[in-house]
Amino acid sequence: MLDAKIPEGPIAEKWDNHKFSVKLVTPANKRKFDVIVVGTGLAGASAAASLAELGYNVKAFTFHDSPRRAHSIAAQGGINAAKNYRNDGDSVYRLFYDTVKGGDYRSREANVYRLAQVSVDIIDQCAAQGVPFAREYGGLLANRSFGGAQVSRTFYARGQTGQQLLLGAYQALAAQIKAGKVTLYNRSDMLDVVVKDGRACGIITRDMLTGEVRSHSAHAVVLATGGYGNVYYLSTNAMACNVTAAWRAHRKGALFANPCYSQIHPTCIPAGDEFQSKLTLMSESLRNDGRIWVPRLHDDTRSAADIPEAERYYFLEEKYPSFGNLVPRDVASRNAKTVVDEGRGVGPLKNGVYLDFAAAIARDGAEAVRERYGNLFDMYERITGEDPYTLPMRIYPAIHYTMGGLWVDYNLMTTVPGLYCLGEANFSDHGANRLGASALMQGLADGYFVLPCTIGDYLAPRLGDAPVPTTDPVFAEALTEVDRRTRGWTEVKGTRSVEHYHRELGKIVWEYCGMARNKTGLTKALSEIPALREEFRKNVKVLGSPDGVNQQLEKVNRVDDFMEFAELKVRDALHRTESCGGHFREESQTPEGEALRNDENFAYVAAWEWQGPDADPVLHKEHLSFENVRLTQRSYK
Amino acid sequence: MSTQDLSSTPETRMLNLKLRIWRQDGPHAEGSFLDVDADQIPTDASFLEMLDIVNERLIEDDVEPVTFPHDCREGICGTCGVMINGQAHGPEKATATCQLHMRKFNDGDQIVVEPWRAAAFPVLKDLMVDRRAFDRIIEAGGYITAPTGTPQDANETAVPKEVADTAMDAAACIGCGACVAACPNSAAQLFTAAKLAHLNVLPQGQPERWKRTEAMVETMEDYFGSCTNHGECHQACPKEISLDFIAFMNRDYIKSKSKNRSLASQ
Ligand SMILES: Cc1cc2nc3c(=O)[nH]c(=O)nc-3n(C[C@H](O)[C@H](O)[C@H](O)COP(=O)(O)OP(=O)(O)OC[C@H]3O[C@@H](n4cnc5c(N)ncnc54)[C@H](O)[C@@H]3O)c2cc1C
Ligand code: SF4
Ligand code: FES
Repeated sequence: MLDAKIPEGPIAEKWDNHKFSVKLVTPANKRKFDVIVVGTGLAGASAAASLAELGYNVKAFTFHDSPRRAHSIAAQGGINAAKNYRNDGDSVYRLFYDTVKGGDYRSREANVYRLAQVSVDIIDQCAAQGVPFAREYGGLLANRSFGGAQVSRTFYARGQTGQQLLLGAYQALAAQIKAGKVTLYNRSDMLDVVVKDGRACGIITRDMLTGEVRSHSAHAVVLATGGYGNVYYLSTNAMACNVTAAWRAHRKGALFANPCYSQIHPTCIPAGDEFQSKLTLMSESLRNDGRIWVPRLHDDTRSAADIPEAERYYFLEEKYPSFGNLVPRDVASRNAKTVVDEGRGVGPLKNGVYLDFAAAIARDGAEAVRERYGNLFDMYERITGEDPYTLPMRIYPAIHYTMGGLWVDYNLMTTVPGLYCLGEANFSDHGANRLGASALMQGLADGYFVLPCTIGDYLAPRLGDAPVPTTDPVFAEALTEVDRRTRGWTEVKGTRSVEHYHRELGKIVWEYCGMARNKTGLTKALSEIPALREEFRKNVKVLGSPDGVNQQLEKVNRVDDFMEFAELKVRDALHRTESCGGHFREESQTPEGEALRNDENFAYVAAWEWQGPDADPVLHKEHLSFENVRLTQRSYK
Repeated sequence: MSTQDLSSTPETRMLNLKLRIWRQDGPHAEGSFLDVDADQIPTDASFLEMLDIVNERLIEDDVEPVTFPHDCREGICGTCGVMINGQAHGPEKATATCQLHMRKFNDGDQIVVEPWRAAAFPVLKDLMVDRRAFDRIIEAGGYITAPTGTPQDANETAVPKEVADTAMDAAACIGCGACVAACPNSAAQLFTAAKLAHLNVLPQGQPERWKRTEAMVETMEDYFGSCTNHGECHQACPKEISLDFIAFMNRDYIKSKSKNRSLASQ
């Protein structure tokens, strides 16, 4: 059964106890171990650099041209840490508590506590690397309150926190590349995990310049390959984000946990038209001053300026008088969906709600508003062509983050021994909903501090074992299969593009497994997805050669994996008949229409086991026990 | 209804454009222009979405789509970048290619789309180039050595706000390479100076300052042309990185020569 390997002892002592009890590899012996790290975003770059500093031989892989391009670069808002520099009552315990509660009691207490503990060291580490965090006039670090937190614990670097943290990790990695401790394989697409005698022993990659398929072996494999938000086609994720690495590992035996959990961000620019390729996030901070409304009348065609005050429906302020426009992300998102579904949406496609700064401008002046949000207003105008100083912005929720991922134990090891998973790609710390500014924290906690300690426990007993040679039949077999699959796409010679099928898949997943889910819709999706997948495999058109740069070919493998993954996601959503965090089952709501958990039957992690392409996956449960935080129903009234 | 249930908006204007797009199979292949009539391009599309539309139509006609680099489409990852009518990232100031929108163009325009042109950035395919030379500059010394776990509390070192702000101004560089592409000499001064200044102005960056400067500047010179103060780099830069950083780098480089020698003799 699933053993999370949670250490003994009181919660505050578990991590220290564990650090003392894990087996160690002595400094001189570390160089005898090879570790593969796939992904060089925050989680992967920090892990690869830290492992190399310790003395391990690291091979780092990314499909980007440079580690600095990883999707982590796009994070705007900030990173949490329980420093309590503001003297406002923050503590490790409070960050732990907030994260467990924010995750709607679907995360593992011990992991979250460790995350809160380590958060403090992350800031020290990043400041030492030269990350230009915002400063007060006295030269000390500045903080802000973020995403509805009651304390100011968020550190930030203008609106580019992810960029600056990633550059810090990338530079640490660059130093190790120069020192010869890390070999970087850029433009390398990992297309399979290789397992021998039940242990991970390497990976198969495709060189994206030459098309050559290659084997790489090591004593352990670490996946830090990001989230699966692009299963929705439209999301705030970078275009290349995908589920392939995690999905291929799943097919090789790693359980996939909670795939139905995904987070919707309430303040994104709504889609404009069919060719729209992605959705752009507008910082949540806008909700501090913007008022959200729609016309009271359904199908109102008047422009915003022509709608008198009495005919404006400030739905969040009316429904949640104490939190108003600052209710959590999921609540704000669902309410926007409700009014749009009622036919009150605004904009040419009636798919948005207004975020109006008129009151703030009248109160504080346009200059003050420009001071606070100038960059965001400029970005909005660049994309939409509308001036938010005179017209209210139009916003709508979009897929932003995925809490599910490969199941890992306390050591961050998946159910395949020797295979680890870090960052957004694992399921670990955010439960059913992630708090703002916590993903950067988790990625760096995993990479800088957790894995470098826990990996020794697996490696130490293997001292003296040579890695499985790439001439072993397990590699040959995996390599042949990857080559066959990849080349096969150019031979389908169908009629529709890869993009077309990705878009169609996204429509199904968004419609039935998006902001609100119900049994009828999910059941429908479970029949539509396999049908689409079948059509896709028979009718997709991939031009060009497999032996060189071919962006369609890169994408078709990813869409193929999304097609299989989407089915698992929907299945998970169907089985979880409660509502929790980002997973809202319409059948499970309070009389006021809020998400209603069912702790008696669903206080567990759902971890699915692959049974082959034509068989239903098997569900394993990791029961969650809460010894330090009392379960309550969230209320924002 | 859902956001993905879409059709064209009534307010969107449509453009008919004449595109000349560079096609090249690989670093050693001969390239040539592909002429495409791009009709019915919505003004709401971004430049890259315009290329998406063109590619979808090429696929329909069984023509291999054009390879172009892109990822975040938010102007932050630095992956995108093409020459648009001879201008790196196109006509809009302080805007990366992915953030440029078609409403900046007019019906009937001819648009020439080419890859970055610089010896240090060989064309890999069509509009995609190899910018690894930038990574080499960073590996040469564009970091602060601070192994994981060693640092003291972050607030032990105060960094004056002005210094932190200057460091951030420099650190905003996205590594896109437009500065090199725009430069008549294909020099990489603006990129290198941005990275160098980010680290060299900070207190944490002082111990390695002179070593870093010499190593980064000389690695840059191994790959890129020399700067003759045209300032085209700044004009093209989507993050408006200041030319002052180049002056800063030049001063630090001169100092680094004597500082490193006296350090070595100690
Ligand atoms: C617009 C936006 C804003 C955000 N803002 C915030 C914020 O303010 N605060 C916060 O805490 N979080 C924020 N987040 C979330 C956060 O940025 C991400 O969750 C986090 O950066 C993920 O980091 P990662 O290292 O796990 O993965 P990524 O950064 O996605 O890195 C994945 C890496 O894996 C590689 N890879 C993937 N698959 C393969 C493969 N098959 N072969 C080879 N390489 C592969 C990629 O090349 C890349 O290097 C934001 C997210 C978005 C979309
Ligand atoms: S300096 Fe500007 S143009 Fe040059 S790489 Fe950096 S962001 Fe791009
Ligand atoms: S695609 Fe990332 S900067 Fe343009």
